[in-house]
Amino acid sequence: MSPAMYDRLWQALLDTVHMVGVSALIALVAGIPIAVFLVVSAPGGFFEAPRLNRAVGAVVNGFRATPFIVLLVALLPLTRLVTGTTIGVWAAIVPLSISATPFFARIAEVSLREVDKGLIEAAQAMGCRKWHIVRHVLLPEALPGIVGGFTITVVTMIGASAMAGAVGAGGLGDMAIRYGYQRFDTTVMAVVIVVLIAMVTVVQFVGDWTVRRLRNR
Amino acid sequence: MAALSVALASAAIHEVVAEAPPAALTRETVRAGSVVFEGLGKTYRSSAGTVRALEGISLEIPAGRIYGIIGRSGAGKSSLIRTINRLEEPTEGRVLVDGQDIAGYDETALVALRRRIGMIFQHFNLLSAKTVRENVGLPLLVAGVPRKQIAERVDEVLALVGLEGKHSTYPSRLSGGQKQRVGIARALVHRPEILLCDEATSALDPETTLSILQLLRDINRKLGLTVILITHEMSVIREICDDVLVLEQGRIAEEGPVWRVFGAPRHDATRALLQPLDRDIPEDIAARLQPEPVAGGEVVLELRYTGQEGGEPDLARIAALASGPVRLLHGSVDRIQGHTHGRLLVAAASLPAAGIDALRAQHPNARIVGYVSGNV
Repeated sequence: MSPAMYDRLWQALLDTVHMVGVSALIALVAGIPIAVFLVVSAPGGFFEAPRLNRAVGAVVNGFRATPFIVLLVALLPLTRLVTGTTIGVWAAIVPLSISATPFFARIAEVSLREVDKGLIEAAQAMGCRKWHIVRHVLLPEALPGIVGGFTITVVTMIGASAMAGAVGAGGLGDMAIRYGYQRFDTTVMAVVIVVLIAMVTVVQFVGDWTVRRLRNR
Repeated sequence: MAALSVALASAAIHEVVAEAPPAALTRETVRAGSVVFEGLGKTYRSSAGTVRALEGISLEIPAGRIYGIIGRSGAGKSSLIRTINRLEEPTEGRVLVDGQDIAGYDETALVALRRRIGMIFQHFNLLSAKTVRENVGLPLLVAGVPRKQIAERVDEVLALVGLEGKHSTYPSRLSGGQKQRVGIARALVHRPEILLCDEATSALDPETTLSILQLLRDINRKLGLTVILITHEMSVIREICDDVLVLEQGRIAEEGPVWRVFGAPRHDATRALLQPLDRDIPEDIAARLQPEPVAGGEVVLELRYTGQEGGEPDLARIAALASGPVRLLHGSVDRIQGHTHGRLLVAAASLPAAGIDALRAQHPNARIVGYVSGNV
């Protein structure tokens, strides 16, 4: 591989980290409130709102059912509205976060739902308001599961970001396609794959380590 | 002489001081904490049909008592106790706490009510992500109490339940008994008037159960708070309760002071629950019992102690009625709230017919169980 190719690889790595990092952050910030809402508004929850619950659930399912490559194109008008452009890293961040948010919200929802009902009852009995229960019981108790779910989300997003080349966002996946596949440069392909594997391994390791620490108390 | 009388007087004063318990330990310090149920009912409706969990519960729990509610699983105990802090909403009737109907409370009033009522649970319900200190302090934290005061109060209650030095431990590192102590500390941190105990000892071994029950009794005496506990174990009721309510299929089967309900159970449900405590006639004796007197054999008498004053069988007079030796075979006698309660099985050499009549007339708590040939 030429020095120029190393530069491109470095740039692609930065682009991927940029895209996935920002989108993951957005998915985290937007996904948790959605997950909390889905849990507490469900029948039997302490903020029952069955209709709104079904509506939000349907929207979440809708986004989850749409393949990312389709979403990428379908969301172009929104992307232009938000970022002012339809190409580049920022243009990929919009569809990437919109696809990751419902995915993460569903995983976080499962962890929140598994919090022992007795703990919520105990919190109510000690005089907690609804917000206190979310803040002091639901979120801290579900945290290991949420961190584990977030790890899965980030790994999935690293995979999805390969398709971001379709909007000229660059990144590792895009590099593998353009140089490795279209220009038959097997070395580039192999190197990119190794870098991707290393990235996923690091993310998974950090996630697992955090979950273990949280569970071990 | 004067010196002597002064010495006597001071000795007398000393004695008085020594005898009077500290103010905090007497029941004089009992504060509010009464609960009244009026025609309470609870019906659960689901797609599977309706279930009548509670029906026509009218009852008064006076402040400062240890009040036990017992019944089989599904009898409605949990539903009943949860109407006191409105974790359950009754479908009929009213609940009055300190004379106030709690049904109309908005969220703020309900939160205030719940801060006057502590609750502990069978499975402790401690937050696994928080340390002992954070668990116990949480009720104060959400009430907006300054951190410094929280720390002081948490130290106080942890000392009260005997858990000093465990502040920074996570619940998963504690034993069952220690977890329940944390639960009790958390329930007491607001200085409540009422402590609700939902099967608080059912997940604990017998030894730990005893220590937790003793702690509950100490708290009741020291702090003067009303303790309302539900259990399916009669031994728990016997150990610490003043009064007991027997629930059967959502209705009151029997209610009253523990010594009376235990001594003379009126309802089948109570008798069924008492069965494990009230031992049957030993099998070897039961197998040999005959309905009619046997020449040269013995008569087996059962003497009951029901706690009624003056109703205890008079051993000397029973012995006098028999024409031979009287032997104690089997039995158990217990003191509950200062009342003797239990049963003795006695074998006597044959009683003359007159003796049997006299026994029946004079000793309502003595009963002929049967006769055996030879010696028992």
